[in-house]
Amino acid sequence: MDFEPGDLVEIKTKKGVFRGIMMPKHAFSGEDIIILKLENGYNIGIKMEDDTEIRVISKRTSRETHREIKRKVDGIGVSVLGTGGTIASYVDYTTGAVKPAISQEELLLAIPEIEDKYNIKSRIIFSILSENMKVEHWKIIAKETFKEFDESKGVIIPHGTDTMAYTASALAFMLQNLPSPVILVGAQRSSDRPSSDAYLNLISSLKLVDTDLGEVVISMHGSTSDTYIHVHRGVRARKMHTSRRDAFRSINDRPIAIIGNDVVFTNTYKKRSGPAVLRTDMDEKVALIYYYPNMDPEIVYDIGSRMHGLIIAGTGLGHVSEDIIPVIKDLKSKGVFVGITSQCLYGAVNLNVYSTGREMILAGAIPLKDMLPEVAYVKLMWVLANHPGEEEERMLENMVGEFSERRVGIEYV
Amino acid sequence: MFKAGLEIHQQLDTKKLFCSCNSNLSDNVLGEFTRVLRPVQSELGEYDAAALMESMKKRMFIYQITENSCLVEMDEEPPHDVNMEALEIAILVSLMFNCKIVDEVHFMRKIVIDGSNTTGFQRTALIGMDGYINTEFGKLSIKSICLEEEAARKIDEHEGIAIYRLDRLGIPLIEVTTGPELRSPEEVKRAAQIIGYALRSTKKVKRGLGSIRQDLNISTDGERVEVKGVSRLNLIEKIAYYEMERQAMLISLAEEIKKRNPPLEKMDIIDVTDIFRETNSKIIKNGIKKGDKVLGIRVPGFKGLLKSDRYRFGKELAELVRVIGVPGIFHSDELPNYGINEAEVNELKKRLSVGKDDAFIILVADEEKGNKAMKYMIDRIRNAIKGVNPETRGPRDDGTTEYLRPLPGSERMYPETDVPPIRITMEMIEKIRSMLPKSYEEAIIEISKKYGISKQQAEQIIDEEMEDYFSRFYSIYQDGNTVFRILFNIIPEIEKEGLDVSKIDYDVLDQIFIALREGRILKEAVPYLLKIYIEKNSLPFENFKPMELKELEEFLEKIVNENIEKIKSRNLEGALMGIAMEKLYGRADGEMVNSIIRRIVEGRELK
Repeated sequence: MDFEPGDLVEIKTKKGVFRGIMMPKHAFSGEDIIILKLENGYNIGIKMEDDTEIRVISKRTSRETHREIKRKVDGIGVSVLGTGGTIASYVDYTTGAVKPAISQEELLLAIPEIEDKYNIKSRIIFSILSENMKVEHWKIIAKETFKEFDESKGVIIPHGTDTMAYTASALAFMLQNLPSPVILVGAQRSSDRPSSDAYLNLISSLKLVDTDLGEVVISMHGSTSDTYIHVHRGVRARKMHTSRRDAFRSINDRPIAIIGNDVVFTNTYKKRSGPAVLRTDMDEKVALIYYYPNMDPEIVYDIGSRMHGLIIAGTGLGHVSEDIIPVIKDLKSKGVFVGITSQCLYGAVNLNVYSTGREMILAGAIPLKDMLPEVAYVKLMWVLANHPGEEEERMLENMVGEFSERRVGIEYV
Repeated sequence: MFKAGLEIHQQLDTKKLFCSCNSNLSDNVLGEFTRVLRPVQSELGEYDAAALMESMKKRMFIYQITENSCLVEMDEEPPHDVNMEALEIAILVSLMFNCKIVDEVHFMRKIVIDGSNTTGFQRTALIGMDGYINTEFGKLSIKSICLEEEAARKIDEHEGIAIYRLDRLGIPLIEVTTGPELRSPEEVKRAAQIIGYALRSTKKVKRGLGSIRQDLNISTDGERVEVKGVSRLNLIEKIAYYEMERQAMLISLAEEIKKRNPPLEKMDIIDVTDIFRETNSKIIKNGIKKGDKVLGIRVPGFKGLLKSDRYRFGKELAELVRVIGVPGIFHSDELPNYGINEAEVNELKKRLSVGKDDAFIILVADEEKGNKAMKYMIDRIRNAIKGVNPETRGPRDDGTTEYLRPLPGSERMYPETDVPPIRITMEMIEKIRSMLPKSYEEAIIEISKKYGISKQQAEQIIDEEMEDYFSRFYSIYQDGNTVFRILFNIIPEIEKEGLDVSKIDYDVLDQIFIALREGRILKEAVPYLLKIYIEKNSLPFENFKPMELKELEEFLEKIVNENIEKIKSRNLEGALMGIAMEKLYGRADGEMVNSIIRRIVEGRELK
């Protein structure tokens, strides 16, 4: 007999008779298991055997709902560009799987209140989990964001948190002289949960639209409490926790702002200017490697020699073992840019202190101050494509606040 | 017809369900954080009624972190793999209740946004279903056995803020749901006892107050009312009884409304604040000072229904608005009173156009809240014609209940996608089946045989969870009936006389049972000794030395001689026996006394 998820069925097994709505398979479910939603709301798995009988009582009834977004035409223009991720994920109530939002209505489901104040223009540019982001996606986001500047006082980009800092860095270099803030917002708990952080992150981010901020930023919870959010400079932010709401931290810098009831700026920032400059070219022949004890120098060479640029996250002040230093020299002679950052993340690299560092410098490695490894990786792609031949000079030029010359005591928390 | 079902929630004595924290409570608060919860839309794009009402309260939740809570309880980390020990206990319990066990366990999220779960939902899975348990009033069906997370412990609640502690959150709970087949408050209590015993017999459950809680589902005319979280067994019967009465009142109220057939379509909320500018009512005066409004409605044809000998609908309405933060209402069946005078009542009647068969209700609150409360009441008034309304109620200490929230719908259950399904194999079930503890009936038979006592006595020992206590003293003095009589009859009788039996500790009882074993005293002396001990802190066994047979015969001879003429009772022997026992002061065995007296009396009659 024909049956499919959504049908009301009766299953007769050795254990007895079960009645409920058939659910789609769960990825980790047994091969021989059928999942039923019972009348009391519970799902259970039932084992199918040769003598199991299944009878369809009634076929599935679709119950789709539509929710209109009200546009407040005289409200402040805000663009929301969906890219996927937890913040725009919902439980599919038939399948029970978390799926990305597929419509602009779903995108804003978490914050119906905003329709009262803002003239929201929302669309989904694509919907992927952020671990699947590639350079081509950064380019699309940059181009689509650029298109919004005419009409909107702010562009909000719901984004998966895993690689949100990479995207923020890419946008910071690709889009400069911003006429309005570009705000990446994520969530660590999906919007279909009563405890989701999406609501506070989104509603607070909107408050930036009313300020003169003109940077690419990341807005996320400032603590585990639902009381305030931190606005991080995109090129200084890093996901420092796998699961907490306050996973993001500004590294070697203070957050730009704290938003509770109001926006309180806590750092200097670039004001809105414009017209925006869009430069999305990227040289994808860049690699980021993480040095570890006993690392085979050949691996560094194999990777580096296939690239135009290599960023190494070294130990402590930026070191690699001395047997890798000749490789750096080789790569350099082949014209590969080798930039040094630190696994410590906090603090600047300094290759003058120990002999290894001095040897690295002599081999041609370029210490990249207190830039985060991921930021250096993204920046190098952009520099190689947009300023060929000026790598060293440009990598050491502070373009969008990606490093600082001085670090103060309160930044290390 | 009275119909009730039980949901029994029993904490397990294992680690937590989805993390490695231990499950002890703690007063060592290490920190706290603040959260809010928002209702989520169901698949139908609708909000769950119960969830929506909670969110109306616009509350913030403060959570206290203790050492036995981690990021999982903080909702800052996904749940870990399910605690297999807890799952095995749930399977064991399912087998005890003759349930079908699912082949694969799927955890669900049950939406609860009163703050008691940081996630806004409770994780729960159905393990067994369609079972039964035998009781003296027949087979009671067990609809389901679920394994779920305990909620956080509410520490305090004040204006808009509820404080919860995370120590209790995540303790595994087993939920046993019976069919709605219990036909009287007595059966409800009995079923709770029997199921409670079965759960304890696994030896894997927590003990003590709060470790087991019962929810009652009671319906008398079809609509279901759930009374949530009854932690004391003694209260169950009372609650069932009061709820039965309340539902009877609502049903007869509905009939009265049908008879009167008042036009309830039109009930306008009217601002009557100005009537109370000069009022003597403190509550209203203070409210107006704060900027609150006094709002009123006319309730057509409801005179005498809000409060009278037969109807107490006003109380229902007051409970309803209290939930959204309006402390109370005033209504026409109780006014003038509470500082509201007759002139004000008359003015109200005029303003609200209250006719001679009508009632009115006023309340004082800020305008938004007041209007909301009024709308809730108007809805409830219109629904009164349906009789009992489905709702969730909470128990008070005196056995009455109060309104908590609407009954949650079934749409509040979603799959917990963070916990993978768990396969339950036949091998697992068979292994667990071999560990099945004895059933209640089996345990009664075993105990009654072991101690040589009646089944009824064995039942009492089990019901009061006294087996360990009993067997301790039985091991000193192997006469089950005497041990039972002392522990379960004599001591409670002494307590009834108003004496402080808490002074009778194990040591005192040990000494008494040893004296009994050694024949230094007779069981008849025990009540006297216990009373002396309570009053004088001593156990003068020497004063209760059993009388020698010869001495006893002489003593009784004397008693008979002194009294036989005076006694008018037809039960001559009984009367003599009473006098003798009183004077013997526990120094002789009752049966022995009885037979000697009989012999003496019969001897006289022969003469």
